[in-house]
This record gives sequence, structure tokens and C-alpha cells, in this order.
Amino acid sequence: MPTFVVEVMPKAELLDPQGKAVAGVLARTGKGQFTDVRVGKRFEISTDAAADDATLAAIHEIARDVLSNQVIEDVVSITTLSPSIAEPAGTGKATPGAAPGAATQGDRGIA
Amino acid sequence: MRIGVVTFPGSLDDRDALRGIRLAGAEPVALWHGDHDLQGVDAIVLPGGFSYGDYLRCGAIASFSPIMAEVTEAANRGVPVLGICNGFQMLTEARLLPGGLIRNDHGAFVCRDQRLRVENVSTSWTNGFQASAEIIIPLKNGEGSFIASAEELKRLEGEGRVVFRYLGLNPNGSLNDIAGITNAGGNVVGLMPHPEHATEPGFGPDTPAAMSSGVDGLTFFTSAMATLTAAAG
Repeated sequence: MPTFVVEVMPKAELLDPQGKAVAGVLARTGKGQFTDVRVGKRFEISTDAAADDATLAAIHEIARDVLSNQVIEDVVSITTLSPSIAEPAGTGKATPGAAPGAATQGDRGIA
Repeated sequence: MRIGVVTFPGSLDDRDALRGIRLAGAEPVALWHGDHDLQGVDAIVLPGGFSYGDYLRCGAIASFSPIMAEVTEAANRGVPVLGICNGFQMLTEARLLPGGLIRNDHGAFVCRDQRLRVENVSTSWTNGFQASAEIIIPLKNGEGSFIASAEELKRLEGEGRVVFRYLGLNPNGSLNDIAGITNAGGNVVGLMPHPEHATEPGFGPDTPAAMSSGVDGLTFFTSAMATLTAAAG
């Protein structure tokens, strides 16, 4: 059962008050070397369908039309999580490209 | 003359909108988000609130509601549609109005009696105002900062589609002090301030004349009634 991971970020040119508030905490807690924080969203979507081109196309459509608002946000990546690919325990790391043909990474501004 | 107000899960100001419509002299009709039925209303209000708890994006989930198919169809054939606050956010999510609303630039929720200038008095919801009228309408939002691409902003300004502008301090960082806009047809209007909270003396915003005396919101609804009367005649 493939799980797709879609990441959405506020557009780079827009003010991100959430990120600004988090950056303020870092400055107040002695971590002022980190100056810029932006807060986005990560969606994990599972399906019983095969991880084929049609499913991937549907994920792209959902990412564009539902998970993001292209006026204010960008879809920055669409990847897959695959339980069959072993990851070092505790890293929680996604596995881009685990399903053949089902990953597009870093395609900012997918539309 | 029947004006419908759609209630969504998490709507707050649907009852106030229904009441404002009655005070303005029209018949208020309660509509339900899950229906595919506008009950033959002549105009539609999408009210303020926090539909679906603002999950995903403000107004986003509501914009996929069953009744939004009928609202979109009605908007496209010229029926007056007013989106207030969360309703404005729904209209942008449904692409019935351009641009978007993001978190206030100062990060805080703002609640105040807001001075506005009416920049366009030819829309279905503002034709009762004098040109460049200054009005006071309560404002209350956390994500009311209007943004649009430079190109879209230029188009809105060039076509006179900015309907309301904030006067005094910009309360949320909206570009060009924009508080409300309209579509090309002038029948769909969205704004962040709440006209339904300025419809009855004693319960409205403070004005220079007296406390709680502001009733500038009534003109939104009487304007829609005038539009409908003109269309019927």
C-alpha cells in the first residue's frame, strides 16, 4: 500500500508570520544564529491503488487543487514512503523514489 | 425578496446575517452546506466564522461543500453573492474572487470597529453608498491579510474592483489596504469586516455620533435589494 508524502510551503515572497514567531523564540532562547524560519505542511496520503502513473497523476492533482492554494502556496515535493525499504531505526526519513516512477522531488511550483 | 445565508460547520455569524437581512427589510432564508438546494433565493451570503476549524486553509474545506456547486453556478449567472470574513476566504478558495487571505502580518487576532472607504459603489452590495463614503464596520479576524500577485493587484486596481479600503491603521497587512473586492460582474463581493454586526442601533460599532450606533451594514443588504428590484423591473 503506497503512501505519498506531499509537502506544501507558503510562497517564498510572502510574509510567514508563523515562521517569524518561531524565529522569535529561537532568538529569545539563545539560538539566534538561526535567523529565518518558514512553516509549511506535510501530508501523508495512503491508497490501496497501485503506485502507477494514474495514481501519481491523481496525487499531483490533489496536491494542486486541494492540499495547496496556488495563490499563496507552492507544492515543494511529492515523494513516497515505502515500508519495504529499510531505513535506519528512528530516522523517520522519507524515501524519495522508493516506488518506481512515483517520485518527483523538489518540483517547486508544480501546477 | 429572499436572501439566503449558508450555514457551514463552524459558521459563527450566520444568525447575525439572517437578522441583518430581516432588519434591512428582506426575507432571510437559512441554507445548509450539505444541500444541493438554494431554495430559490434571490441573493446569497456566505457568513463569517471558522468553518471546519480553519483546517487545511481558512475556508478551503467549506469551498468544497455540496452547496458550493449551486453557489458557483448562481454567481456565474449574476446572482448577488456576498462573502463576509470566512465567507470571503471561501470565495477566494472557490476561485470566485482572485487573491487570497493569509495570517495577519503582526500574527495576532484583531477585533475593532474599523473605518473603511467604499471605493466602488456600482456593485450589487454597495450601490446604496455615496461615492467614496467612509463607513464603520466591525472587523475581527486572524487571517485577513489580503494578498495577490502584482499582476492581479494591478488588474483589480485598474478595473476598479477594490470595493473597500481600510482607513487609518492597516489592521492586518493587506496589500494596498484592501478590505474587500468584487468580481468582473460586480455581483460577487467579499470583505473581511462584518456588515451584519452594524445593522441595529445600540448593537453596532461606535461612531462619532454615539456608542454602538453604527448601522452602515444595513446598506449592504438594501443595496442587494435595490439590485434585485432593478433586475426585476
